[in-house]
Amino acid sequence: MSSREKILAAVAQNQPAKLQLPDVNLFETGTEGSLENFIKVLSAIGGKAYSINDLSEIDSIITDDIGIRGRVVNLVEGLNLTNAEEIITDTVVHHLHNVEMAVVKASLGVAENGAVWVTEENMNQRVLPFICQHLAVVVHQKDLVPTMHDAYKQIDQMPGYNYGSFIAGPSKTADIEQSLVIGAHGPRSMIVFVLK
Amino acid sequence: MQSEMENSTTKDHAELSEEFNRDEERVNWHDETLWWIRQKRDKIVHQLPEWEQLREAASQIKLNVLSDLHNYLQQFEANAIANGVHVHWAADAAEHNQLVHQLLTNAGVTQMVKSKSMLTEECGLNDYLAEHGIEVIDSDLGERIVQLAGEAPSHIVLPCIHKKKEEIGDLFHKYLGTPSNMADPQMLTEAAREHLREIFLTRRAALTGVNFAVAETGEFVVCTNEGNADMGAHLADIHIASMGIEKLIPERKHLGVFLRLLTRSATGQPITTYSSHFKKPRSGVPIHIILVDNGRTVQLGREDFRNSLKCIRCGACMNTCPVYRRSGGHSYHTAVAGPIGSILAPNLDMKKYADLPFASTLCGSCSNVCPVKIDIHEQLYKWRQVIVKAGYAPAGKTAGMQVMSKTLSSPTAYHIAGKAGRWVLKHAPFAVNNKLNPWYKQRDMPEPPSESFGEWYKKNGGKKNEQ
Repeated sequence: MSSREKILAAVAQNQPAKLQLPDVNLFETGTEGSLENFIKVLSAIGGKAYSINDLSEIDSIITDDIGIRGRVVNLVEGLNLTNAEEIITDTVVHHLHNVEMAVVKASLGVAENGAVWVTEENMNQRVLPFICQHLAVVVHQKDLVPTMHDAYKQIDQMPGYNYGSFIAGPSKTADIEQSLVIGAHGPRSMIVFVLK
Repeated sequence: MQSEMENSTTKDHAELSEEFNRDEERVNWHDETLWWIRQKRDKIVHQLPEWEQLREAASQIKLNVLSDLHNYLQQFEANAIANGVHVHWAADAAEHNQLVHQLLTNAGVTQMVKSKSMLTEECGLNDYLAEHGIEVIDSDLGERIVQLAGEAPSHIVLPCIHKKKEEIGDLFHKYLGTPSNMADPQMLTEAAREHLREIFLTRRAALTGVNFAVAETGEFVVCTNEGNADMGAHLADIHIASMGIEKLIPERKHLGVFLRLLTRSATGQPITTYSSHFKKPRSGVPIHIILVDNGRTVQLGREDFRNSLKCIRCGACMNTCPVYRRSGGHSYHTAVAGPIGSILAPNLDMKKYADLPFASTLCGSCSNVCPVKIDIHEQLYKWRQVIVKAGYAPAGKTAGMQVMSKTLSSPTAYHIAGKAGRWVLKHAPFAVNNKLNPWYKQRDMPEPPSESFGEWYKKNGGKKNEQ
């Protein structure tokens, strides 16, 4: 008997009588996410949010306010950035290790935890939002939802994904004596541009 | 590492706690730091009015999973295969380790980077692979630190919470070439970032754990704050994901419940920085999932203990436990320490872990903070009875219990013992305040009352009625 058959047989023998699933749809709020909450929570977890009226505002914020110099990869359609690559031409993903900033689009943002949902489609290479030194994300204000329940409801209605990640702030660790350090293995900062 | 493990089989929780308690300052720091994390948990939890409904929903979802696991496992397998993911089954730790070794050998790889997976700790994967000439580097910062120290993680979420920054500085100086006496967490983390980035860029195989696997879609979710699971998996030529069979959840929408509970309970954060959903492999880069039993189906058959399989590994029960906070994770001599570990481990080896269910005050705080409502303290109590019946009770406990049992079953003996106890505490405290009494270690004996309740009642009992 294979391990698969052995495990399944043991499970069948030992699992108790079937219990019903609870209704989790009642947690969905069906309302819009609050921009104010989203900004507040994202700031509290080490990220930064800018509320913008037009994509054209981003260029000067990145180069002047944040002062990003070096390799910038911009994968947001309709966004023009000075000296940024708009397609990834590296044949080996490891070459992305020198990316100073990556700019990607998120299909939704979650007000309760400051997370944005980014799928493979919008990051081109899965490693991009992790290997870059700084991450910038563009999300439409209309795509903010209050909670994770609402987020999964939205995701159900979107086209399928091969890979997706909720990203909430810069990478961080508190493993050494519980002292919070921003910039563990991934980005040292995360900016979210919320487009009106 | 080997000697560490041999030690752990000969010393029990009380003896290992005694070692940890030699450094009073460190114990106080450990205690206060974990309590601080517990308070952060409380703060964020109290912001959600629906918290209790979420816990109840999570508990019910997991109970449903355990009651229909046969179906969900096959559903998950079929959907994962349809997504292009390879699915393997391992009956026990040995088979899991062999499978990982085989996959690496087939890929022609001798070096692997691994993100946090308590299952691989449970299986002893690192030691097994090292014996077979494969180098494993743990990429979670805390895990890398304990790996350099030749130790096991002492906490499932905070692997090196037992270490002081100066000790970490010494380890980094020795192994990573940082300047001596550098103990600033910011600078140490930066050094680890540089060291591990080099590892991520050069390792062709990555192993990750699994936080949740969704039967409905065949995808699995990995949560980290550091981004190490993603860095490893997205830069490697092969991704192996190891999961216990109890990690399944029925539908993707259920992730909404669990991701809201997990990190709030663990560290008081609203969510981990990264909650990554792996559904289909990258082009040309295979994903292999290993579904591991290793005693889980046996636990499923133990009516009193099966609920322990609901655990989502948040560590809240450790942070709140008055025993864990003062005894340290290594005193539990098992991969998963603390209250939850103490109800999981006896299932794997009742004799070896007979001491763990006794390493508790049964205060119930663990059950109160558990996000999936496991009745942890009740299971600890039940394990004690199973262990005593099976003849595995720690020797000191057995002798004491027999005396106690005789005393409590005879009113005369009870009164005499009570009187004698009060007399000794009053007139000869040295008789109990000494090394022969384990209760006195790290504690002071209480002031004895001048009379027992029985004596007091005899004197005062009737008075109220007379008035």
